[in-house]
Amino acid sequence: MSIASQMVNTTEQFIKLFEKNQSALSNGMHPKVNQLRDVALNHFKQTGIPNTKVENYKYTNLQPFFRPEYKQIITKEDISDNSNPNFKCEVPQLDTYQLFTINGRFFQGNTFPKLPDGVIICSFEDFTTKYPEHTEKYYGETAQVNSDAMVALNTMNARDGFVIYIPKGCIIDNPIQVVNLMIDNTDLFVNQRNLIIAENDCQAKVMICDHTVSTQRFAINAVTEVFIGERAVFDIYGLQSQHNMTTQVAGTYITQKTGSNVMVNNLTLHSGIVRNNIYVTLDGEHCETHLYGLYLNDKNQHVDNFTFIDHVKPNCFSSELFKGVLDDYSSGSFTGKIMVRPNAQKTNAFQSNRNLLLTPDAKFNTKPQLEIYADDVKCSHGATVGQMDENALFYLRSRGLSKEEARILLMYAFTYEVIEKIKVEPLKEQIRGLVEKRFRGELDKCESCVVCGQLGHQISCL
Amino acid sequence: MLTIKNLHAKIDDKEILRGINLTIKPGEIHAIMGPNGSGKSTLSAVLTGNDKFEVTEGDIIFNGKNLMDLSPEDRSREGMFLSFQYPVEIPGVSMTNFMRTAINEHRKYKGEPPMSASDFLKLMREKKKLVEIDSNLTNRSVNEGFSGGEKKKNEIFQMAMLEPKLSILDETDSGLDIDALRIVANGVNKLKSPERSTIVITHYQRLLDYIVPDYVHVLYKGRIVRSAGKELALELEEKGYDWIKKEFED
Repeated sequence: MSIASQMVNTTEQFIKLFEKNQSALSNGMHPKVNQLRDVALNHFKQTGIPNTKVENYKYTNLQPFFRPEYKQIITKEDISDNSNPNFKCEVPQLDTYQLFTINGRFFQGNTFPKLPDGVIICSFEDFTTKYPEHTEKYYGETAQVNSDAMVALNTMNARDGFVIYIPKGCIIDNPIQVVNLMIDNTDLFVNQRNLIIAENDCQAKVMICDHTVSTQRFAINAVTEVFIGERAVFDIYGLQSQHNMTTQVAGTYITQKTGSNVMVNNLTLHSGIVRNNIYVTLDGEHCETHLYGLYLNDKNQHVDNFTFIDHVKPNCFSSELFKGVLDDYSSGSFTGKIMVRPNAQKTNAFQSNRNLLLTPDAKFNTKPQLEIYADDVKCSHGATVGQMDENALFYLRSRGLSKEEARILLMYAFTYEVIEKIKVEPLKEQIRGLVEKRFRGELDKCESCVVCGQLGHQISCL
Repeated sequence: MLTIKNLHAKIDDKEILRGINLTIKPGEIHAIMGPNGSGKSTLSAVLTGNDKFEVTEGDIIFNGKNLMDLSPEDRSREGMFLSFQYPVEIPGVSMTNFMRTAINEHRKYKGEPPMSASDFLKLMREKKKLVEIDSNLTNRSVNEGFSGGEKKKNEIFQMAMLEPKLSILDETDSGLDIDALRIVANGVNKLKSPERSTIVITHYQRLLDYIVPDYVHVLYKGRIVRSAGKELALELEEKGYDWIKKEFED
């Protein structure tokens, strides 16, 4: 069988699997969720799992990693183990509202004793039945099924994930911490659908940690839709710390309303194949968006950050800074799409992607993509792929620092610009330590996550 | 302390140093002068172990050790210090962190335990005062956004922190106004001791009014063509280099 026909088969098999599971997936879910499955299926039939022939996936071929033979968890009954995941947050002086998902499903043992009035944290499944009006209003609105084949696949198979709802004017000081765990005894396909709704004038921070706890292969397709109301201030911190046999497509689709302010700061500390899709629609005037990303790759890891900022309305500001350090024969890519619509005058959009390649075998592709249809705007972009600064290295060594120590100091210095943007002080401290440990090669065993303390002692990174 | 014998060095097959001989004893200050392109900065780079330059012949003995066997960091730990002509900006590395790491690496080399945080801060305060460096500068990233004068003062501050046996000041006076020059020179003079030696590389007599040398050497086309006392610098200031070039060509 030729490779091409195998690829077609993969897509066909995903479609067949869906058709087999559709009734179980749809059972008890909100009608809108079920209607969108069919719309998504039609789109997916045309596109299939993306390979490098798809322009937006030019640098990341997903077809070899999403295997239809992997087990898929559909309903509660499919979960083998629902015991407490033995969790302890290890960021000192940080009180958080913690919630787990296990293999893409909301952990039933999550409890939130002191949650402010009106705030809802629950499973996606429960949310669609308990809050049909919110589901009707928000579900599937930002993550358009026709925008991306992986969104289509996710929408077809949407069943569970987490939902965070923050009512009008609510200000939550403590971050909400989501810990996504992967643990099973067979290879797993995980389809997680999340929803975050921040109503007008609210303020909150969400930290999302992605971890693998067992050594199986995981193919994760997660979509998180985020709605930010007028004048709301919202920060999202991401930390991906997974073993090398993980493939993750993490889609974050954000819509911002007038005067809102959003920051996304994502750290890919360790993983296998990662594709982050970050889409932001600035659907209101005077919005501010800050996207930051840091990725540290070695061995054969691959991290692809794809961002799309859509300036729909005038007077908005967006700024992007993505930086990465690539060692061994790792690879990565960055795409920064910025769309300035015809009436989005007075747009300010800035973008920067900088990469440090430590070996001649490491590889990086970077692609700024600006489409500007308004005439009174300020946009800039810059991209660099470079090596360690030999002059700086010599300067440090001439003061008595060993070559290795000087290298670590310079790598760390390269990343600090992104880490400095973290506004939660104890988290920033912890991330600093984590990044330094990573550069010293002390994280190779994935003993446990330093940020959230999740144990992963039986894992060895391949 | 330092003995250079018949030193030859090249960069990209171009020979820059063509047989340098120089001996420096403890406590001495040597000035090295010479026209542009004569090899002054190459000499300082070769002494501190910059691998852009290849030593093709000759020996450098520093404190009884053959320098050619030592990495740049070990040369520093043995007590050699270069004040860079163009100090490098390193965003993201704080001066404090940089200096603490450097000091502790030096101590480790000598078999001493790391310095405690309070001792280190005390030392920083002392040395900052000594070289009259603005205390804010040490809170910033290494040389990032520093003015020319601040960068040079920062070099002298690092020198004061590391207490080297041999300091090489590579055109430390270039780009300095008269006040900054005095502060830098004062710093150097305060660190002077019978055990410590200094090599001052400069174009101008001006700096030597403040840091008075025991010997002045003229470097031309990769060789020392003339050595004398401090009066030579005055003569050069007056007559320029042409007469030496002429003498040498003849």
